[in-house]
Amino acid sequence: MKVSRRTQAYWIVGAVLIIAYAIIPVIWIISLSFKEGDDITNNAFLPTVWSWENYKTVFASDLFTSALRNSVGMSLIATTISVILATLAAYAISRLEFPGKRLVLGVALAITVFPVIAIATPLFDLWRNVGLYDTWLGLIIPYLSYSLPLSVYVLAAFFREIPWEMEQAAQVDGATAWQAFRRVIVPLASPGVFTAAILTFFAVWNDFVFGITLTSSEAARPVPAALAFFQGASQFSQPTAPIAAAAVVVTIPVVILVLLFQRKIVAGLTNGAVKG
Amino acid sequence: MSITTPAAPPRKPTETRAARRIRLTDRARKERNLGWMLAGPAFIAMVAVTGYPILNAIWLSLFDFRLTDPDGRTFVFLGNYATILTDGLFWKQFGVTAIITVVTVSVELVLGFGLAMVMHRALYLRTALRVAILVPYGIITVVSAYAWAYAFSNTYGFVNSLFGLGDFDWFGGTWSALFTVCVAEIWKTTPFMSLLLLAGLAQIPDDYLEAAQVDGATAWQRVKRVILPNMKAAIMVALLFRTLDAFRIFDSVFIMTAGAQSTETLSFLAYRQTISRVMVGLGSAVSVILAILVVLIAVLFVKVFKTDLSQQRGDKK
Repeated sequence: MKVSRRTQAYWIVGAVLIIAYAIIPVIWIISLSFKEGDDITNNAFLPTVWSWENYKTVFASDLFTSALRNSVGMSLIATTISVILATLAAYAISRLEFPGKRLVLGVALAITVFPVIAIATPLFDLWRNVGLYDTWLGLIIPYLSYSLPLSVYVLAAFFREIPWEMEQAAQVDGATAWQAFRRVIVPLASPGVFTAAILTFFAVWNDFVFGITLTSSEAARPVPAALAFFQGASQFSQPTAPIAAAAVVVTIPVVILVLLFQRKIVAGLTNGAVKG
Repeated sequence: MSITTPAAPPRKPTETRAARRIRLTDRARKERNLGWMLAGPAFIAMVAVTGYPILNAIWLSLFDFRLTDPDGRTFVFLGNYATILTDGLFWKQFGVTAIITVVTVSVELVLGFGLAMVMHRALYLRTALRVAILVPYGIITVVSAYAWAYAFSNTYGFVNSLFGLGDFDWFGGTWSALFTVCVAEIWKTTPFMSLLLLAGLAQIPDDYLEAAQVDGATAWQRVKRVILPNMKAAIMVALLFRTLDAFRIFDSVFIMTAGAQSTETLSFLAYRQTISRVMVGLGSAVSVILAILVVLIAVLFVKVFKTDLSQQRGDKK
């Protein structure tokens, strides 16, 4: 469509407004995390003196460092397993005919619809009985079941776009279904798998409900849950600014992933949701 | 996609296997096995952890059961549901949840549409836009909730001094507290909505818009008569996703108000009954009601969606 220079100027203004909308709250929490002493309560957007004090506080606190370790470890493990299982399942769903296919998709949909809180409370009972309460495994398992539907849908949408003639060609040339999958489809599908991994990581990294219901100590508590319990950690000062610093730290991985892979993430979100 | 159901093999395996040495059937059987081999692990992982808790929640919801008093567990059948549904507090929290859902989703739809239009049309700053949009999407909900809670706080925040509101306590009243929660939610989830809308927007052929422009349609007419009708499917999907999500709001409420000033939502009620008050039976019943409501919303959406789409098709023919 022909666009006049003036119209284009309007769109640029719009773009700048959107960027401001998205970034200002983030800059605010960053700015708060650099405040110190009286600055914290000065009701101004920016600190008068920029200080690393709060970052020193949070990294000196076991509560935060162990939570960070838990979050990173559990998110990576859950993401890896989830994406592997989802890749296999999405391939079967988009390519193979087998009885129960609709059942798998239906269960995936039911899980996305069912409120997390309604799963978390019965799990709390169950985990305490089987000894999984307050352990990494006790969180990784629910992370898996809750992130699988998303990855399956995103990946199934990607797999539908793959030129499957190539798979058939490989099978005509004598490859088995498994060989065709491994040699032809995996390389074609890896961008989609990668996107699914990022989206899964975001979902797991974001978890709060399982984090607060299924943990009771630093052994497995992830960062979002730890932030909510941060109050007890620093008795001397208001924990506001340290919480801000901790919040900034856990936002860094998100920003890095977004900066590196924005195009893929957008493609994954729009494909998976609309076509899946 | 057509579903080819392989003919059900009769009960005598050895005979049939011999009789069915046809290549195609053999392949179909292999395909079926492979299908379950590949999808099975994911299926088990999904069902194992959710199936039992869901059934368990339904079962427990039929008991008067306090975790601290396991011997006092008594079967009350639908008693918990009666207790909840006749309690004014439940309906109040249902109202709060409904208000948050309606307000956030409708604001997000309008705002998200604007965002999608800009992303679709802007020739410059495209990468910066994408990055900026994805930051609220990717950020942890708890972090977003803290950022907004502190921004509105009259002790730490800048909002009051920016708008000259003095010492106004946003978290001191129901409506102002709900407002802050809605702002946080809208900020965090509008990008997701806008991306879904963008996908719909991208599917509208440019010819349509050019034709409308040639025919002298104004910008507003083009939006109303060409763009919106052509992206109905994307709008419905975006609305469905976000409504289901908004109805289960928990994180932001937990962090920003902790349910104070009557800002409790249904998810929060379920959490508080079960975890804090250890009223497992009652809490499970709240969870089940919440799940039923969510399913009802989904069914309603799909119904409207279907009739809407078929009507649309009928118009065109």
